[in-house]
Parts: sequence; structure tokens; C-alpha cells
Amino acid sequence: MKLMDPSKMQARMHRRIYQNNILKYIFLLATLFGLVVLATLIIRVLNDGLGWIDFNFLTGRLSNDAERAGIMGAILGTFWLMVVVAPVTLIVGIGTAIFLELYLKKGKAQSFIQTNISNLAGVPSIVYGILGLTIFVRLMDMGNIVLAGGLTLSLLVLPIIIVAAQEAIRAVPSFLTEASYGMGATKWQTIKNIILPAALPGMLTGAILALSRAIGETAPLTVIGIPALIIPFPSGITDKFTALPMQIYYWTLDSSLVAEYANLAAATIVVLLLLLFILNSTAIFIRNKFQQRY
Amino acid sequence: MSISFVTETPKKELPSIHEANKQSNQVVFDTKQLNLWYGDTHALKEVDLLIYEKEITAIIGPSGCGKSTYLKTLNRMVELVPTVKISGNITYKNKDILDRSFKVEELRTLVGMVFQKPNPFPKSIYDNVAYGAKIHGIRNKKILDEIVERSLKGAALWDEVKDRLKENAYGLSGGQQQRLCIARTLAIEPDVILMDEPTSALDPISTSKIEELIQTLKKDYSIIIVTHNMQQAARISDRTAFFLNGEVVEYDKTEKLFSNPNDKRTEDYITGRFG
Ligand SMILES: Nc1ncnc2c1ncn2[C@@H]1O[C@H](COP(=O)(O)OP(=O)(O)O)[C@@H](O)[C@H]1O
Ligand SMILES: [Mg+2]
Repeated sequence: MKLMDPSKMQARMHRRIYQNNILKYIFLLATLFGLVVLATLIIRVLNDGLGWIDFNFLTGRLSNDAERAGIMGAILGTFWLMVVVAPVTLIVGIGTAIFLELYLKKGKAQSFIQTNISNLAGVPSIVYGILGLTIFVRLMDMGNIVLAGGLTLSLLVLPIIIVAAQEAIRAVPSFLTEASYGMGATKWQTIKNIILPAALPGMLTGAILALSRAIGETAPLTVIGIPALIIPFPSGITDKFTALPMQIYYWTLDSSLVAEYANLAAATIVVLLLLLFILNSTAIFIRNKFQQRY
Repeated sequence: MSISFVTETPKKELPSIHEANKQSNQVVFDTKQLNLWYGDTHALKEVDLLIYEKEITAIIGPSGCGKSTYLKTLNRMVELVPTVKISGNITYKNKDILDRSFKVEELRTLVGMVFQKPNPFPKSIYDNVAYGAKIHGIRNKKILDEIVERSLKGAALWDEVKDRLKENAYGLSGGQQQRLCIARTLAIEPDVILMDEPTSALDPISTSKIEELIQTLKKDYSIIIVTHNMQQAARISDRTAFFLNGEVVEYDKTEKLFSNPNDKRTEDYITGRFG
């Protein structure tokens, strides 16, 4: 005797398949929500901004006259920010990750620090702005120069690169480090010759993603008082500056006064997105090209 | 012509506790009352073992009985596990290796290790073999070339790879990779080579090549090999230690241990009644 009644099973079968199909479409809708919003945004930005991007816009100085305004100052500001953020986060971030993963003994102190780093990654960026304002701009009396902005942004993205570098170190197989120790290598020789070469692609990928997060940030820069209108180009890390996201922010604010400022903001967004796209592609390229195989 | 009962004269008179082994080579490792814990797991219990120079010593026993642990204690690799606690004594040529003043870097140059799974570095064949020499400070290209060639010849791999030294080691077959790892160990010019189931990941042909190689290495090195495979122990070793639950149940000349074991548990194990 069969314990399952075939006719009842048949009846339930339709419901089960129907439920299966419905859920598939719900998940599809969830995905579409994000995609549609993103596509709308990109189309609008391109629509508003693309026509405004020309040689003068890319190389010109800032101006109240929308027709003559250029963003070279903001591009250079963002460039100099990267010059500060990249080495600071790389050195401090990888150094911290090496210490946490390879030197600090597993235990209470280690898990306390680890938890805090993870928490720091979730702190709102405006809080870092306040930190930067207090420490770099006021306490160290730097003023609102590139260095102060860069260090503030470095603090903001350090947790990202630390966690990425730690993961890269953890992914190095122990059979490789054991082989090195087994031949009498010291810890540092093993780190330098085996662990770092294997972990570097992952670390660099994390660093570039952190960098692209940093150059898109506005809130911390607003807090440390980066001005709206700076006519001279910054030529080093001790100059006053403005940056691409700041430029977008101020033009958007003032677009109620001058309608064309909305187009300038859109055009600047296109430039910023392009920059981010290049950075992210580099990260993917590095990961694929230099990943060691074993 | 005089007839002597002693076929090999020991290079140095051994202490009286070693009286029974008078016909043997010199002792390289003397382990006394060694105990080792991983946290609360008592992995080695009162291990007493003498390892002789230029012999092949096999360590056999079921999984988890402490074979790898004992081997890794001899080059202190076991210390990489943070929870490890050790008591007892191990001397290497009369020097206490568990003493803090004995630098692990020095110990591991004297006592090389070959692992269960071939583990070359993701570098060229040349750089794999030159690694040990480089970390010990040798920079001279000529000397490095010579070390690489000699080590690869020593590991019976030279002819197969001499035209592709710059290629990545992961292009080699499993058996070649394991011989490369042996070459890499020979390059640091150790006295002792520890091998932890070096053929367990290999096919029968690669296995017999490595067994042959181990036989020839015996001329110049003292070899301690952990093996799962009793035929292998019987084929290649001079002495065999049978481990069970962290204890040495029996340790004797291989011939004796396999033909006429003293302990019932040894007999059960080698006849395949458990394990
Ligand atoms: N890293 C470790 N941490 C905790 N326990 C371990 C570790 N390595 C081995 N052990 C334990 O020690 C015992 C002996 O292990 P091992 O020496 O690897 O045995 P074998 O090589 O004979 O199979 C086992 O009970 C194993 O679970
Ligand atoms: Mg083992």
C-alpha cells in the first residue's frame, strides 16, 4: 500500500510549482528595483551633463559664469587627496593587518581590537569629519589643506583596507608558510618572501576599493570646512583645495539660483564616475593578473 | 685475517644506557620522557626514543596516534600551534633542543622537513631550491647555481627539469613536486631529514621513485619517515617505532619488529587487525 495518495499529491503539485514561480518573480523584482534606480540615475546624469563636458570644462578654472566654469581645480584637489590617502592607508593598513594576523597572539586583546575595527567600518563618515576637524585642522593647526583632508579620509577608509588585508593574509595557505619556517626562515623572512607576495593582489584590490570610497566622500570634507570657491589650483599637499564631490555638492545646492549649475553638477558626476570606474577596473585587473596559483 | 663480531665501530663511545645499541651508529636524537599537550589533548605520552645517524627510522601507527606531532617536535615546528605545552627532554647530538637558547632557525637548518602534501612555493623551480640558501644569506649567483644543480641531482630531478628551471614549480607532476620539495630541503644541507608521509599523496610509480631516492639519501643523511604504509616501512627502514595513542609501544630493528614483535598490540597492528 502506498502511504502517499497520488491524487492528493497531484493537487498539491500545482500549488508548489505556482509558489515556486511567484517567488522567482519576487526576487527578480527586488533585483530590478536597484538596477532601474541606478539606470535612471545614470541616464539622467548623462543626459544633463554629457553635453557640458568639453576641453574648457575639464581644464578651466572655477567661475560664477556657468558657461566658462571648469573643474580642473577640483580634479587636482582629488588627485592630491589620493596622493595622501594611498600611501597612508597602504602603509598603515597593511602594517596593522600584518601585526593583527601574524604577531598579535590570539586572545582577548586580539578579539577586542578586531571587533572595534569592524565597528569602525560602520561609523558614519561625518563622525570622521569631526575627528579630522578636531585633530588635524585645529589641534595640529593644519587648516583646511589637502593633508588634513587626506588624513581624515585615510582614517575613514582604514578599516576597509585593514579588513581586506587581513583576509588576504588569512587566505595564504599554511602549507606555504610551514615550508618556509621548516627551512629555518625567520618570521619576517617568511612574511616578506612568502606571505606578502601571495597576499599582495588581495591587499592592493582592497586598497583601491578603499581609495575609490575615499574620493567619493563629501560629508567629512564639508565638516573640516573645505570652501566652495577656490580659484587657484592646488599644487601640493599643503595647499587649500576643493575636490570633485565638493564641487558637485555646491553646484547642486546653488542650482536653485542658477539653473545651469545642475548641468555642471551632472557633468562633474560623470567625471567622478569615470574615475571610479577606472579605479575599480584596475582593482579587478590586478586581482586577475597577479593572483598566484597553487 | 681476524674475525670481528662488530661490523661497524661506533665513532664515539656511547654512554652505558645505550649498551644494547653498541653496534649502531651514533645517536642523533635522544628523546626522554617527552610529553606534549595541545591544550587538554595529551598527544605524546612519556616518549623515549633514540634516533641513529645515517639510518632510516620509520614511525608507524594508526591515524591520530601522534606520529606527525612527534616529528614536528624534532624541528620544533609544533610550536606554531599556540596551545602546545611540552615537557621532557630531546637532545640533538647532545644539545638540548627544547632549551630556549637553541634557536629554531638553527635547528631547522640542521633538521629539514618534507611534508605530506607536496608544497612548493608558487615560484620558479630554481627559486624554490634556492630559497633556503637565500634566506641564509647566500647572494652569489654562481654558488646559488651550484646549490640548485647539486640539490636537484641529489633529489633525482635534475635531468627532468634542467631545461625548465625558470618555469613555475606548479607545472610539475605531483611526484616531481615532492622530489622538488626534497631538493629544496637538501639545499639547506641538513643532517637530518624528517618526512611526514611523503608518498601518501602520490601514485605507485612516483612512490617507488621516492622510496629509491630515500634509500640513496641514507648515505648522507639521517632520515625519519612517518608512514601509513607498513610495507613501505618494512621495505625501506632500518628501525621502526610503533606509536599508539601517543605512546611508543615498540621500537626495534625493522626486521625484528615485523617478523617477531614483542608486544601483542604491535602484532595486531602489523597484521592488519586494527588501524
Ligand atoms: N594543531 C592541533 N591542535 C589540536 N590538536 C591537535 C593538533 N594537531 C594534532 N592534534 C591532535 O593530536 C593527536 C595526534 O595527532 P597527529 O600527531 O597529527 O597524529 P598522526 O600524525 O599520527 O595521525 C590527535 O589526537 C590530534 O587530534
Ligand atoms: Mg600525521
